[in-house]
Amino acid sequence: MIRLSAHDLGCVRGGREVFEGVNFTVAAGEALAVTGRNGAGKTTLLRLIAGLLEPAHGRLELTGGAGEATLAEQAHYLGHRDALKPALSVLENLQFWGAYLGDKDASIAAGLTALEAVALDGLAGLPAAYLSAGQRRRLAIARLVAAPRPIWLLDEPTAALDTASQERLADLMRSHLAGGGIIVAATHGPLGLDGVKELRIEPPVYPLRGGEKPAP
Amino acid sequence: MIPLRAILLRDMRIAVRIGGGALIGVLFFLVVVTLMPFAIGPDLALLRRIGPAILWLGALLASLLALDRLFAADHEDGSLDLILMGAAPLELTVAAKGIAHWITTGLPLVLAVPVLGLLLDLDPLAIGTVALTLLVGTPALTFIGMIGAALAVALRRGGLLLPVLVLPLTVPVLIFGVSAAETAIIGPVTFGTPFLILCALTLMSLVIGPFAAAATLRQGLD
Repeated sequence: MIRLSAHDLGCVRGGREVFEGVNFTVAAGEALAVTGRNGAGKTTLLRLIAGLLEPAHGRLELTGGAGEATLAEQAHYLGHRDALKPALSVLENLQFWGAYLGDKDASIAAGLTALEAVALDGLAGLPAAYLSAGQRRRLAIARLVAAPRPIWLLDEPTAALDTASQERLADLMRSHLAGGGIIVAATHGPLGLDGVKELRIEPPVYPLRGGEKPAP
Repeated sequence: MIPLRAILLRDMRIAVRIGGGALIGVLFFLVVVTLMPFAIGPDLALLRRIGPAILWLGALLASLLALDRLFAADHEDGSLDLILMGAAPLELTVAAKGIAHWITTGLPLVLAVPVLGLLLDLDPLAIGTVALTLLVGTPALTFIGMIGAALAVALRRGGLLLPVLVLPLTVPVLIFGVSAAETAIIGPVTFGTPFLILCALTLMSLVIGPFAAAATLRQGLD
């Protein structure tokens, strides 16, 4: 059984402490909602888990994962930027990430199934340049389905999605959790899931002068 | 192998679709080579004499043209983050991107040489030699340039910095490429000596380029 935990995690960027002392544990089938004000470091925490940033102190631990694969290789990161190429069609974008992240040849049928999960199958041949913000988001979400990985790191997953799409995303997340997956989502709103753990990040306060942290 | 093939095909497809990479480089090459006779004058003997150097300089500048987009495009749309999270080693992924870039921008330059050589009144043997040296030398330009392209991403707004960083590193390639190409016209050195050194430079850059670029990209994470 897969389990992801953080011990006393801290991050410093540009000489400034973003957060410190973050602890959490998520096991298979559990979702963790990371909340906090704008600029609290939610995205930073997700990027830290994704291996795109180095922690200043503390450590991340993954137990029960697939053999030699690192944490980053078993995680999906759905960031603010959708990682889509405007020159490629919707299906080609999806098939590329399916092959690159999933390490298996993505058949057209598998691509269409993933597109169906986000109700984009009607636009498979359209260049991604013509998609709206919400449709781009849905195509990025289809990536999670096309290349199965146990840990989903979602940064504001519901941004730009309409109600029906949010419902579909919640269904996808539910079936991912039911299959023994882990979700860590930075969010301001409800995820539409039951029994979500919450992790609230409080950033240190910086006064105008000195940069010393005031006593709590 | 599947991730590497996927990224190779994707990059080639994008370059062909937008029509930017391949065509713009060749057009730039054409413009540079066409302008030279206007600047130098209609002295056919002189043009024939410096033709290989002009073709090499033109190819060098043209191959730099599309290079700053090599990683910057992936960085801007967030693809680079996901590429870093792939199971394939970053060095190999970077090498696959370099190969795709060479096929779409370097190879067309080589194919354009027979046409542009005529503009400089080169004989078939000289054209063949220049094309051969460019075929061997342009991969080195791409793979040396990718280090600069990775630095441009890590340093941000580094697009203008790229030629300044990369051009000095390409000097050895230029020297041995031109001297190998010129043996066909003036001699007296045998073709083999500079050509083999050019081959060695290319092989070295094929190894060093991906490692240096991958290390730079990892350092430049934000």
